[in-house]
Amino acid sequence: MEERRYCSPDKVYVSVKALFYPDGGFKPTSLIWDDGCEYAIDKVTDIRRAASLKAGGTGIRYTCRIGNKTVYLFLEEDRWFMERGRG
Amino acid sequence: MKERVILHSDLNNFYASVECLHRPEIRDKPVAVCGDPLLRHGIVLAKNYPAKATGIQTGEAIWQAQQKCPGLVVLPPNFGLYLRFARLAREIYASYTDQVEPFGLDEAWLDVTGSCHVCGDGQEIADRIRTRVKEELGVTASVGVSYNKIFAKLGSDMKKPDATTVITSEDFRSMVWPLPAGDLLYVGRATKRKLAARGIVSIGDIAVTDPAWLRSLLGKWGEVLWSFANGFDDSPVIRMGEESQIKSVGNSITTPRDLETDEDVEMTFYVLSESVAERMREHGFKCRTAQIYIRDTNLFSISAQGKFLRPTQLSADLAEKAMSLFRAHYVWENPIRSLGVKGTDLVAADSCEQLFLFEDEERRRKQEKIEAAVDGLRHRFGHFSIQRALLLQDQKLGAINPKEDHVIHPVAFFKEGGLP
Repeated sequence: MEERRYCSPDKVYVSVKALFYPDGGFKPTSLIWDDGCEYAIDKVTDIRRAASLKAGGTGIRYTCRIGNKTVYLFLEEDRWFMERGRG
Repeated sequence: MKERVILHSDLNNFYASVECLHRPEIRDKPVAVCGDPLLRHGIVLAKNYPAKATGIQTGEAIWQAQQKCPGLVVLPPNFGLYLRFARLAREIYASYTDQVEPFGLDEAWLDVTGSCHVCGDGQEIADRIRTRVKEELGVTASVGVSYNKIFAKLGSDMKKPDATTVITSEDFRSMVWPLPAGDLLYVGRATKRKLAARGIVSIGDIAVTDPAWLRSLLGKWGEVLWSFANGFDDSPVIRMGEESQIKSVGNSITTPRDLETDEDVEMTFYVLSESVAERMREHGFKCRTAQIYIRDTNLFSISAQGKFLRPTQLSADLAEKAMSLFRAHYVWENPIRSLGVKGTDLVAADSCEQLFLFEDEERRRKQEKIEAAVDGLRHRFGHFSIQRALLLQDQKLGAINPKEDHVIHPVAFFKEGGLP
């Protein structure tokens, strides 16, 4: 059954570039924020399923180092989102 | 035998919680998820705690709820989303045991007896599940821990939200027996009234009553309730993937407008029969008995059933049988609000069959091929790509798509439909 999507001002859907490994699995390498700027992900420090109360949703949460900042990147079904105000 | 460790997990205010997670702006407001009033499903399906505090109850009409709480945020249900969350919750349960038996979308029993030496005792596992549900899904769960399914379920109702309640074989008398009889599974309104008239108001009252006397009052359910109240329930938690066999295939619907004539009823029966027949074909069944269910605008309901001469999976057979049952059992006094059709007494579709001397067998086979072709067309091009001409007479009634509109079915505790 089709599920309806919600949009919340604190939920920012982003484009993500990822590297897919030959033995399966992948890691996000950079993301494109809603203003068009691309940010390289230096390191993924944690991967777990988690809910985002701020943005409203749940998914696989990638904790990413971008420069000197730590941000959360969520993979919800087939879309990536981030929480506004953290990135 | 070693005592079992059974958990019952209940996702609190499930639909409303999932909605509130996705809409941060309404989290602190009273929220109710309601069916579509235009389709006459306009009742409260779920509400959050602020809405509950104003006295709103599940099953109330939207206008009643709004009277109690003028600022109520009314949301339409998003069943696709709830199904995903239910699946995610089951994935969490599945990491502790393979015996997970869902009870509706938001509840499930878990038998963790075998995992206790690895994952800790019942309470520890329950607490861990609650933490994970909260962190991973963003909603809360109440978990009851006990040595049988009935007490585990009662436990999950005792403390809400986000709490664990343990009921042991030592303390169940002090924890369970003071509860009102109506809290026990299968004590509905009618049973509650019958019991109350005889001074039986609490679960403890049921437990100390002579089971033979309860049987004379309530039939075989009397003894079942007595054994529930005493903690003798030993029904197993069904293993995943071992869901019970299908006993019947049915569909019912509250129609978009009241039905007033035989033609209206016939049209609705055809819509329902088509979906029932399609689902029977999907699962490889034929039915030997048809059952209908009628509910009028006064909410008075009757059901009737009739046997077929031979097993069938043809929608025309079902609809004709439904119509003849209807004519035999319903007297038009009030318009009709809901109708249902069910095929029961199922047999495998490819089992041997007695042919008839005076019926055109060739024609029947062709009929079956046509219906299979219709299934194929609908699968590829959508439900409304092909329709009976009959259904074009009324836009509203013809536009019902019972197969895809109904994903969430009510459930029964005894999966085989019988007693343990």
